[in-house]
Amino acid sequence: MSCRILIIGATSAIATAVARRQAVGAARIFLVGRQGALLRALADDLRVRGAAEVDLEILDALDTAAHAAVVERAFARWDGFDQVLVAHGVLPDQTACERSVDAALAAFDINARSVLALALLLASRLEAQGSGAITLISSPAGERGRQSNYIYGAAKASVTVLAAGLRHRLASRGVRVLTILPGFVDTPMTASFAKGALWATPDRVAADIVRALEAGFGTIYTPWFWRWIMAIIRSVPERIFIRTRL
Amino acid sequence: MTGWSKRVSSWGRLNADLHRWTVLGDRESVVATIRHGGLPFGNGRSYGDVCLNPGGTLWSTRGLDRFIAFDGESGVVECEAGVLLGEIIDVVLPRGWFLPVAPGTRYVTVGGAIANDVHGKGHHRTGSFGDHLLSLQLVRTDGELIECSANANADWLRATIGGLGLTGVITRARLQLRRVAGAWLDADAQPFETLDAFFALSGAATRDFEYNVAWIDCAAGGRGVFFRANHSASCDPLLPPSPRRFPLEPPISLVNRLSLRAFNAAYFRAHQIRQGRRQQDYRSFFFPLDNLLEWNRIYGPRGFFQYQSLVPPVAQLEATRAMLQEISRSRMGSFLAVLKTFGDRPAPGLLSFPAAGTTLALDFPNQGENTLALFRRLDAIVLAAGGRLYPAKDARMAPSMFAAGYPRLPEFLRFRDPGIASSLSRRLLGS
Ligand SMILES: Cc1cc2nc3c(=O)[nH]c(=O)nc-3n(C[C@H](O)[C@H](O)[C@H](O)COP(=O)(O)OP(=O)(O)OC[C@H]3O[C@@H](n4cnc5c(N)ncnc54)[C@H](O)[C@@H]3O)c2cc1C
Ligand SMILES: NC(=O)c1ccc[n+]([C@@H]2O[C@H](COP(=O)([O-])OP(=O)(O)OC[C@H]3O[C@@H](n4cnc5c(N)ncnc54)[C@H](OP(=O)(O)O)[C@@H]3O)[C@@H](O)[C@H]2O)c1
Repeated sequence: MSCRILIIGATSAIATAVARRQAVGAARIFLVGRQGALLRALADDLRVRGAAEVDLEILDALDTAAHAAVVERAFARWDGFDQVLVAHGVLPDQTACERSVDAALAAFDINARSVLALALLLASRLEAQGSGAITLISSPAGERGRQSNYIYGAAKASVTVLAAGLRHRLASRGVRVLTILPGFVDTPMTASFAKGALWATPDRVAADIVRALEAGFGTIYTPWFWRWIMAIIRSVPERIFIRTRL
Repeated sequence: MTGWSKRVSSWGRLNADLHRWTVLGDRESVVATIRHGGLPFGNGRSYGDVCLNPGGTLWSTRGLDRFIAFDGESGVVECEAGVLLGEIIDVVLPRGWFLPVAPGTRYVTVGGAIANDVHGKGHHRTGSFGDHLLSLQLVRTDGELIECSANANADWLRATIGGLGLTGVITRARLQLRRVAGAWLDADAQPFETLDAFFALSGAATRDFEYNVAWIDCAAGGRGVFFRANHSASCDPLLPPSPRRFPLEPPISLVNRLSLRAFNAAYFRAHQIRQGRRQQDYRSFFFPLDNLLEWNRIYGPRGFFQYQSLVPPVAQLEATRAMLQEISRSRMGSFLAVLKTFGDRPAPGLLSFPAAGTTLALDFPNQGENTLALFRRLDAIVLAAGGRLYPAKDARMAPSMFAAGYPRLPEFLRFRDPGIASSLSRRLLGS
């Protein structure tokens, strides 16, 4: 039977690129996001590209009370999933967050709290199923606090630890948990940034995510060279680091 | 207002001015976004200023990149206007369909293909892109939505095909594809020594071949290589593509008199040796340049022009000969020189470029006034022959040249969206 994949935050550029790659492989794809019209347009697109079946649910990830019912309906659709991807997130304006605690908390809620709530539900489903792979998209920003984006980074650090913990918990249950750490990706989230040689397309990153979902293990930097960039950034002594402008 | 400030160039890289850049992400929000005025921008594969609006707003349509429907029985595909032609091929070719008209690069959006009514190597058989358009949706800056097809608002359809983006934003379109067995073409290459030989080959090929096009050596009078092809019955699988990128911008153009002569001579000789039939994969036949991404950097920081003209059948031999003489005498021009004949079917758009006759397209490194002076001499030849220039490639023609080449311009003007203007429209239409 064709692969069954559940995607939370499906309208994200990276998630959409993953869905399109899976559609070419005739997967059954379940989309979850907060904008009905966009999700329906994406569903049509995936059908044309070759998806065997596409279904969708509308969910604002901040509405944690609604999570369980949506997960329930999704898992009932094709009797479970082989692959699950959690992709939603926001890149908050760091200065605005420093001025307003409410803005910082709102960003933290979507990037960390909602991911934790969903990941726990999804992990238990896969655990009960005794199979499957779940991928959380975190960020290298969570690897070291930097003055320019530590609010986002703090939330992503918690996602990284969450994924590592789930990986440990589910290792003996036949479920793989993957942490994806994308570098700079040209998506609506980063649309206004000037782009240089380090930037990757969503499709480039999606190729790595698809490979990870199929047979990957552990933490995956994408593109691969970010593993080495981050190794260097992590190794800079704090006394020196705090004098940089990063 | 949304968007941010960004430097944008067209394919010719003649300038890189600041624009307000706004991405159209979904069909529903187009009306709200375009209210304040601007210009649709597809994938920037036009060479000149038709897709530029310095100091003003560009609406990038690449966020409108979704397919809507595809019927594998009838070969009708419906998609948003920012889908690339190459993406359509990727989706439909495995199911036995192909684009009815393919320009020389796969990196063109559906909206851009409509707005310039692009042509391919098969105009004598299948016409231009607009000939295969079943319907489209046009959104105007005043919020009006116009559904256009042959049956409804056909006048809007005629104005929008080849409408240079000036009639509104195309959000989605339905296109009739053509059947193919697979990804291969039965192609052959025939070197020729004179322009007369080109026209003889071309006349014969029109009957027997769906596609034909010639490369011409602009440094050496009339010699060239004639390529012709039909879709093959072969359904062998393709190897995955592996495009390379031109790594950097050289400080000066790498295309100059010496490199040009050497390259052209070598290319001609290679085809003298290799002439004859062979099976060719559709990518190398239709999109030979796509293998080297950003090849336009080769012309250095000053950028380059393309000059593409069309002259009608009665004048085609003499006018083409005269243009080639001017170019060869000027010692300018480049390796990328293309000659082809169009068929005589009536054009689908009021401002469509293709019409019966012969089109010559040449790239020229930007050498300032020298280059522009050569173009004025070429203009005189084209005008005297009753021809026209292709706006998709133009950055410098005079308003009078445009008006002379496009007699239906007055009719077109009634369909303009007052909220939309480009560098080209300001230059050629005064607003
Ligand atoms: C290597 C190469 C080979 C080429 N070969 C050919 C060829 O063989 N035949 C040919 O005809 N052309 C050819 N071209 C030119 C190219 O096909 C056209 O310039 C085409 O219009 C570019 O499309 P784009 O999506 O990049 O649009 P852009 O260049 O970004 O825009 C072109 C025009 O379309 C308008 N537009 C774009 N999207 C929309 C929309 N959604 N609604 C309304 N207006 C819109 C813009 O306002 C602008 O006026 C070639 C170009 C290159 C670089
Ligand atoms: N782009 C990068 O450089 C980069 C680098 C590292 C990590 N990442 C991570 O990659 C993931 C995907 O991001 P992207 O780059 O693809 O950006 P994107 O296209 O902007 O996608 C972000 C997605 O999050 C969704 N979202 C935001 N708030 C939501 C909510 N309350 N409920 C449901 N969905 C919500 C958005 O939905 P709407 O479409 O409805 O707005 C959107 O689909 C994110 O986790 C991001 O942090 C990105």
